[in-house]
Amino acid sequence: MKRLILAAMFMGTLLGFLSSQALAVELTGAGATFPYPLYSKMFSEYYKETGVKINYQAIGSGGGIRQLMAKTVDFGASDAFVDDKGLKKFSSPILHVPITAGAVVITYNLPGVPKLKLTGEVIADIFLGKITNWSDPKIKKLNPGVNLPDLKIIVVHRSDGSGTTFIFSDYLSKVSEEWRSKVGRGKSLNWPTGLGGKGNPGVAGLVKQLPGSIGYVELIYALSNNMPYAKVQNKAGNFIDPSIQSVSLAADTKLPDDMRVSLTNTSAEYGYPISGFTWILVYKDLKEGGLTKEKARALVKLLWWMVHDGQKYTEKLHYAPLSQEAKRKAEKIIKSITYEGKPLL
Amino acid sequence: MESGGEGSPPLLHSREGMKGMKQDKVFKTILWLGGIFFFLLLVLMFILIFKGSLLSINTFGWKFVTGKVWDPVSEKFGLLPFVLGTILTSFISLFISLPFSLSLALFLGVYYKEGFLNKFLGTTTDLLAGIPSVIYGFWGLYFLVPLIRKLEMKIGVPPYGVGILTASLVLAIMITPFISSISKEVIKMVPQDLIEAGFSLGATTWEVIKKIILPYCCSGIFAGILLGFGRAFGETMAVTMLIGNSNFMPKSIFSPANTMASVIANEFTEATRDVHLSALIQIGLWLFILSVVVNLIGSFIVRRFEVK
Amino acid sequence: MSIKGRILKDKLLRILVMFLSLFTLFPLFFILFTTMKNGISAINLEFFTNLPKPAGEEGGGILNSILGTLLLIVIAFLIAAPFGIVVGIFLAEVQNKFTKVLKILVNVLQGVPSIVIGIIGYLLVVKPMGGFSALSGGVALALMMLPVVIKNTEETLKLVPLHLKEASFSLGANYTRTMLKVILPSAINGVISGIVLGISRISGETAPLLFTAFGNPFLNINPLKPVDALPLLIFNYAMSPYEDWHRIAWGASFVLIVMVFFLNLITKLVEGKRWKTSY
Repeated sequence: MKRLILAAMFMGTLLGFLSSQALAVELTGAGATFPYPLYSKMFSEYYKETGVKINYQAIGSGGGIRQLMAKTVDFGASDAFVDDKGLKKFSSPILHVPITAGAVVITYNLPGVPKLKLTGEVIADIFLGKITNWSDPKIKKLNPGVNLPDLKIIVVHRSDGSGTTFIFSDYLSKVSEEWRSKVGRGKSLNWPTGLGGKGNPGVAGLVKQLPGSIGYVELIYALSNNMPYAKVQNKAGNFIDPSIQSVSLAADTKLPDDMRVSLTNTSAEYGYPISGFTWILVYKDLKEGGLTKEKARALVKLLWWMVHDGQKYTEKLHYAPLSQEAKRKAEKIIKSITYEGKPLL
Repeated sequence: MESGGEGSPPLLHSREGMKGMKQDKVFKTILWLGGIFFFLLLVLMFILIFKGSLLSINTFGWKFVTGKVWDPVSEKFGLLPFVLGTILTSFISLFISLPFSLSLALFLGVYYKEGFLNKFLGTTTDLLAGIPSVIYGFWGLYFLVPLIRKLEMKIGVPPYGVGILTASLVLAIMITPFISSISKEVIKMVPQDLIEAGFSLGATTWEVIKKIILPYCCSGIFAGILLGFGRAFGETMAVTMLIGNSNFMPKSIFSPANTMASVIANEFTEATRDVHLSALIQIGLWLFILSVVVNLIGSFIVRRFEVK
Repeated sequence: MSIKGRILKDKLLRILVMFLSLFTLFPLFFILFTTMKNGISAINLEFFTNLPKPAGEEGGGILNSILGTLLLIVIAFLIAAPFGIVVGIFLAEVQNKFTKVLKILVNVLQGVPSIVIGIIGYLLVVKPMGGFSALSGGVALALMMLPVVIKNTEETLKLVPLHLKEASFSLGANYTRTMLKVILPSAINGVISGIVLGISRISGETAPLLFTAFGNPFLNINPLKPVDALPLLIFNYAMSPYEDWHRIAWGASFVLIVMVFFLNLITKLVEGKRWKTSY
């Protein structure tokens, strides 16, 4: 009996000692899979530079917002900005810090790996389940030179609450009245048809394996898996290839001070129509957010780094760096972050 | 406080005896505290889940159970698609598993009660039971899904690869060791003299099985099946990875779907609306209740069987 | 039916039963073979000593997940072992209406689906704590381990012959001494096998960790911080499109299966020598 008690005391002391060894600041964040390849690179480099560990789990934008609301994480990440109704749900105000902009591309699995041209209406009809075969005349009309097989279209969408879905459905709601009334825009939708994949990786994984499937993912997921993606017709009538340039053109729009803006269906002549910002979400006053002063300082430094030095990692991963204007607005937002009412920077 | 089980030390009124009795009081108090604490723990668990579901219960009432729509956008939530998914996968997996698990039970309980084959097959069955669910799911993704996809293309159904059938197949493999081990135990409990009486009357082994063992064990095997069913509908990981994650009422066994367990796994961490989260917890509540009921009935039957 | 007919039927059905039974070997060996074949290629020194690399980059290891799994097991053990043994002793020694209810509750706990345990872990620990942690994951796993420990302890104790107890009393030992110095030690093998069995079951569990442990790409031994685990890693990597991550997932699966089988083996060996001495 005595030995048991001694053993328990020893284990307790050992654990206590080990936990106290965690001296370096660690931050926890959760959210979007859209920017995950970029963030995981950024955080890995930041750790090398500063020794600050950032534990980021890509559980989807919905997850990021929810966990930030519950204050179980230090920051959230989302490609769907929180609307006014949603902002009221937070116990104290939050800020949206833009980090980068990316493209939601339409990827597919077809023999011969053709480069397809699609319009918003056709995409909406496919995801509504109205166009069910690749040989449909509506698709053929847009792609005269392509040999489209008589193959059933399998729609792949997100099974989790996703900012990527938000950007995609925001675009479809703007170009298809039927989509807007039947399905609408949001992070989790009542999809009329198709399979669900978890996260951007889940959707990419399914499309990669399913012949005849079509899905929507962030550009880097299609590129790093050698998957084809379509040119989408924008408002000006041009078929645009998603790229850093075409996304930057779409992002070159009037930016509100709080940076909560949608970039879809851009009027820019050569802008890619399914683009979107992605943000890091934090409480305006980090004490309200449940952080210690040390962590708050570290978080603000991280955010500053991400919109400045960190931007050098964007282009390699095919994300669009922040424009000068966007950077300026981001700086203002970061500077307004306070701890117990006092600004941190 | 009654005496602590069979046998109690004689009362000793010496000083050492008193110290001993005091020690006993402490020890028995610890035992009782443990028991009470455990009881309270289970009560707490139920209260937590019930409280979490309250918002959803108050919002939807019984319509939740019959609702066919699960729409986070319009905040309409209904249980039916997942009940259907759960029932389909559990029953299909049971159906597929039964011939194998019963054969295993007969093999280990009647034909080869000892010896090398018994040890070998017994061990492999235990190994099968020990493989973690997530690895079953991973293997299913890698090996089964392409196969099912080929089958679906041949039949002319959309070649999802994932779906109810795929999930049920893997589930069947997972519950086989479970059902077979319970059935085996029950078969072994048939009184030897009954079996030998059968043989002495000239019956073949199969006839002994069919006419003596199986009728005797009927209820016990049923309990095994019931508990296997309980295992099947609670299974989360392998199902989440193989069922296709669609919140719609499944139309066929090739449809993608969701079970009560898999929808929780998919959506829990990100239900931003309180109602959404509460609806998910309510699904958990139903799962909890269902598993309790199935478990109680199953163990009741098995225990009654043991008494027999 | 003629005798010949009945014998034929008997033989045929015997073959059928044999065939169906041996068929169950097929999926087992298939899974083991696939895991080994794909997993071995991922296993090297770097695999065990490195941390994961950012998405899409080659290389990287699973050290954080291995340590995370170990940390979770330690926490679950510290909670479930003493608690489970105490309750097991209680159920073996006391027989009344209350213990009858308790025995039913133990079965109930054992049947609770792992995802529901995950919800409880979230509501019980994560929400009040305001964050994810190894502790919440450990608590959830402890809930799954408890019934196994309780049942094994209770059953082993019941099998200890009564005359051992009586002999101890007749020698003047009190109840506490008897239980702790005589009965429990002779049942220790059964108790230990229950604990090891419980550990082998929880090391492969994923669902309870989904909303509790959260994951962590860095090394962490602090129970109050999030942690990664082998089954979580396999789940995340398996569903990704990256070939490299698939390879690592197979390697992790291999490690996990070896670990579970090894623990199962220990359980069997320990259980084989149920009592320390023979009577």
